[in-house]
Parts: sequence; C-alpha cells; structure tokens
Amino acid sequence: MFQLANERVEKIKSEMKRYETKQSAIIPALYQVQEQYGWVSKEAIDFLSELMEIPVAEIREVFTFYTMFNQKPTGKFHLQVCTNISCSMAGGRELTDYICKKLNVKAGETSADGKFSVSKVECLGSCDTAPVMQNNFEYHENLNEAKIDQIIESLQKLN
Amino acid sequence: MEAKIISEHYTKDEFIGIDGYKKHGGYEQIANAFKMQPKEIIEMVKAAGLRGRGGAGFPTGMKWSFLPDNGEERYLLCNADEGEPGTFKDRKMMERAPHQLIEGMIISGYAVNSHKGYIYVRGEYRHIIELLEKAIKEAYDAGYLGKNIQGSGFDFDLDVYSGAGAYICGEETGMISSLEGYKGQPKLKPPFPAVQGYLKKPTIVNNVETLASVKYILRDGVEAYRKYGTEKSTGTKLFSVSGDVQRPGTYEVPLGYPLKQLIEEECGGLKPGRKLKAVIPGGSSAPILNAEEAYKVNMDYESLQSVGSMLGSGAVIVIDDTRCMVDLLDVTLHFYHHESCGQCTPCREGTGWINKIANKIVKGEGRVQDIDLLETVAKNMMGKTICALSDAAAMPTISFVQKFRDEFEFYVREGRSKVKGQTYAQVHG
Repeated sequence: MFQLANERVEKIKSEMKRYETKQSAIIPALYQVQEQYGWVSKEAIDFLSELMEIPVAEIREVFTFYTMFNQKPTGKFHLQVCTNISCSMAGGRELTDYICKKLNVKAGETSADGKFSVSKVECLGSCDTAPVMQNNFEYHENLNEAKIDQIIESLQKLN
Repeated sequence: MEAKIISEHYTKDEFIGIDGYKKHGGYEQIANAFKMQPKEIIEMVKAAGLRGRGGAGFPTGMKWSFLPDNGEERYLLCNADEGEPGTFKDRKMMERAPHQLIEGMIISGYAVNSHKGYIYVRGEYRHIIELLEKAIKEAYDAGYLGKNIQGSGFDFDLDVYSGAGAYICGEETGMISSLEGYKGQPKLKPPFPAVQGYLKKPTIVNNVETLASVKYILRDGVEAYRKYGTEKSTGTKLFSVSGDVQRPGTYEVPLGYPLKQLIEEECGGLKPGRKLKAVIPGGSSAPILNAEEAYKVNMDYESLQSVGSMLGSGAVIVIDDTRCMVDLLDVTLHFYHHESCGQCTPCREGTGWINKIANKIVKGEGRVQDIDLLETVAKNMMGKTICALSDAAAMPTISFVQKFRDEFEFYVREGRSKVKGQTYAQVHG
C-alpha cells in the first residue's frame, strides 16, 4: 500500500507555498515520492493529486516528461552511465556493457535482488572526467573497470 | 595564456563559503551597484559588450532593456540547466563559487529592477542544488538577500528550482514552462520572456556565467573588461574542453583566443601519436570543424560564425584520428531524438528519422542514398520550429556528412567503419 512518510507530506505542503503557484511543487513532490520508493506509481500520483488538489492528468504529464522520474520500480542503487559523446569516446558504452554483465542485467533493467538498476543516460556535465556515472545522485568520475569493481563491491556490502 | 577573472579563486576551497568569498572581495560590488542608478548598470553592461554565455550569445544589456516599463513585477531567472553535451563550466563555477553567482544575481536583479530570482538547476546536479541552498541561506543571514539589502531600500529574494532531466529546459521558454510546473516545452516567441515570461510577467533569463560576469564589469569597469577579447566579443569566457586532449577541463581565456593554442597549450595537446581530425567548438549542436579549420579559427562569436559554426556554450570537444565520425554522429543524434520535446513536427519526426538513418548506417545496413537523405532531412528541419533544438540536431548532421563524407560512403559500401576497420557489432558487441 502506498504510504508517503509524514515528513515527506509536510515537505510537499511547504513546497506548495515555496513558489508562486502550487503547480511548481509537482516536480519537488515527485522527487519526494521517488526518494522513498525509488519510482513513482499510479497510486502515488493519485495520492499527490488529492494532496495537492491538482488533476491527475497534470501530474502525469509532468511525471512522464522528465527523464529522471522512474516509471517502474528501480533498484536501490541506480547506476546511470553517461553514453553521450565525450563519455562514449572515453569508453562509456563499453563500461555500461561491463556493468551489465557483472550484475547480470540489461541496460534499463533491475537486478533480480532489486539492488541495482543500470541505465544509459545523456550528458551529466562532467565531460572532463569522462567516463562518468551517477549512483543515484553521487558522481563517479574517470571510471574504468577496476573502479567499477570497487564501487559495486562496496555497494554490495551495504544493505 | 589563461586570463583568470571569473575563475581566479576557483582553486581555493575557502571561496565556497561566504567568509572566504568575502575575504577575496566577495559582495563588495553590491555596495558599488547601489551607488548607481539601475539604468547606469544596464548601460555599463551594454558598453562592456557582455554577451550571453549560455549559447546564443545575445547581448545581455540589450536583453535587459527589452523589459517593458509598465511597473509590473519582474523575475530574474538564472539558467543553470547546463545540458549541452560537452558543457560543464557552469557546474564548475557553482561548485567552486556559489556566492559569485548569488552576488551577480543581486546586482543584475537591481539593474533590471526585479525583486525575485530563481536559479533553475538541472536535476542531476543535486549536490549543487544543496550547495546553492546553503549559500543562499548564508547570504540571507549576512543581509545580502531579503528586504532592504545593506540599507539600500532594494529587496531581492532568491531561491533554487530543480529540473528533472530534460535538455529542452535549457531553452529559456522551456525553462519557464518547467518552473511554472508543466512539461518543459518551449513557447512561441514573441512575446519574448522580457515582455511575457514566468507567470506571464516580464522575465529575464541569463546563464550562470553571464550573471557572474556582471560583477566583474562593475568591479573593473568597462574599459578594463573590454581589454580582453575582440571588438565584438568582449571579455573572457570559460571553455569546457573534453575529448582527445591530454588535460581536459575548464579554462578561462579571452574571447578571440586561438583554438589551436587552447588545445596545445592549456590542454597539453593531443595524446602521443595522434592527429587532430575534428573539433566541435561550441557543444554538440555546433557544426563540426575539420582539423584545418580548427587550427585556424579563433574562439569568438564572429570568427566561429565566419567558418560556419558557433561559439555556443564554449564546449570544445576535441576529436583525434582514431575516431569514427559515423559513430559519433549516431551518438549525437540519439541524444537529440531523445530530448526533442515532441511539440513541433519537423523536430519530433526529423530527429527520429535522422537518428534512424544514422543508426542504420552505423549498423552496416545503410544504402548509398541514405547519405544524401540524412542531409536532405536535416536541411528541412532548419528554422521551422518553435525553438532551436531541431536546428541543433540538423547542424551537426549536415556538417558531419559534408566534411566527412568519405567515412559515410565507406561505411555504406563496406558495412564497417573506415577508421576502426570493423563493423558495429565487432566494436560494440
């Protein structure tokens, strides 16, 4: 059952007052949901619609437009590898393949244990330290296979 | 040689916090600004010749003077949605000097008589959003933001807004739609944001580097500012250099700086044994230059225009002779297709078609006529849409095909890369 944490509900209420219109709080509200659940479900959107008194269609429209909102359950660690031009030149695509093989998932999917999702993403604004990926919001730069091994190993130890 | 005006203190960690920032002259230009009439600042920015550092290069002072004098509430938005592939200089600035941006916004807000500003930051830069929120709080606590700033009678509130992963929100009207809480689709112009922007109120949208530059125009004066750069492209500019150079990074050099020197001196040249093949001089939407053009051109708005390209955001992507141009075009077109907002048919369909064609060629399934088809479709995407994303996809397509046609022809004929000698499957599995 969808149950957004109280402090997140309060945070959404304050975001509705933070900007000139409550409409601007849709993106912040979607982030609140995603940070708790890892993705945004239909139930979540219905909940937000009721909480914010904004039609479901308007929330869905925003939700589906922006790439960072996940439309299906996503692993605890979302590895987002840049495969845009500078990162591709530095081996970003091959690294994605390496990560996928290592975790036994396809790009765009989540591992069986629900721990890792791997995605190819567009330019992360870190081209001088290519290839680059984000684990959730954390940047990992100047990547190579050895670094990937280390990162995944340390993440696997976390619960 | 680098000319560090904006980036002078970026290596100092203390410059990130308000105390360290103040130690190096931080917030001193606010008092200076308040001694002047807002219009005088606008005139100064015009005289200095400052042009938008985000991509379009539009004269900042002129943009500011488009605001109608009708007493309506005005907004000042900072475009920190840095998303043009190859660009990372705004990230560097906000990470190393968040207060520099805030000070620039207070001065600019005063100049355009706005009392509310937002910094729209791309969602992926979560750490910067947190850093800016902290810096804004410090600025409020120190009395640089809020009511009656430093006893001047001028009020200015500033806040941050997070995007959520849409390149199109870097287009100023797309950004406004997004900040208003909708899909980030660009709006028809006119009316321009200066007349009808955020919530239909007069709005100025400026890039991070542009706003920070205003502070230095005030500090050093018009003449000192104009000492750097060329007659029409004044001042210094932050360049994001990536790709096949020894030392990629952010470099501040005067506009008009030779690209060859930027590559060879600041960036330490190419990797040993490699030869320059091409350079994308202004982010991936800028038409590509071949080596000969790249080694001759200077990095200012006019020089790049004269060779059929553009300075854009100052994102320089250096490409050496080991790279397959067909592959790089495929990567680039995938991006623009993914980021098209879907509003205008030539862009929505066009980016899809050229992406498909390039992908077909790269997979070894291309036909000879596909090369011309790429160019034809791209040419038909130019100048036909609400915003410039369609052109941004068309320009690299046309320039890649025209300048590196032999690689496309080889690929179509042989089903493999001329440079790599291999098929796509052999290279990428």
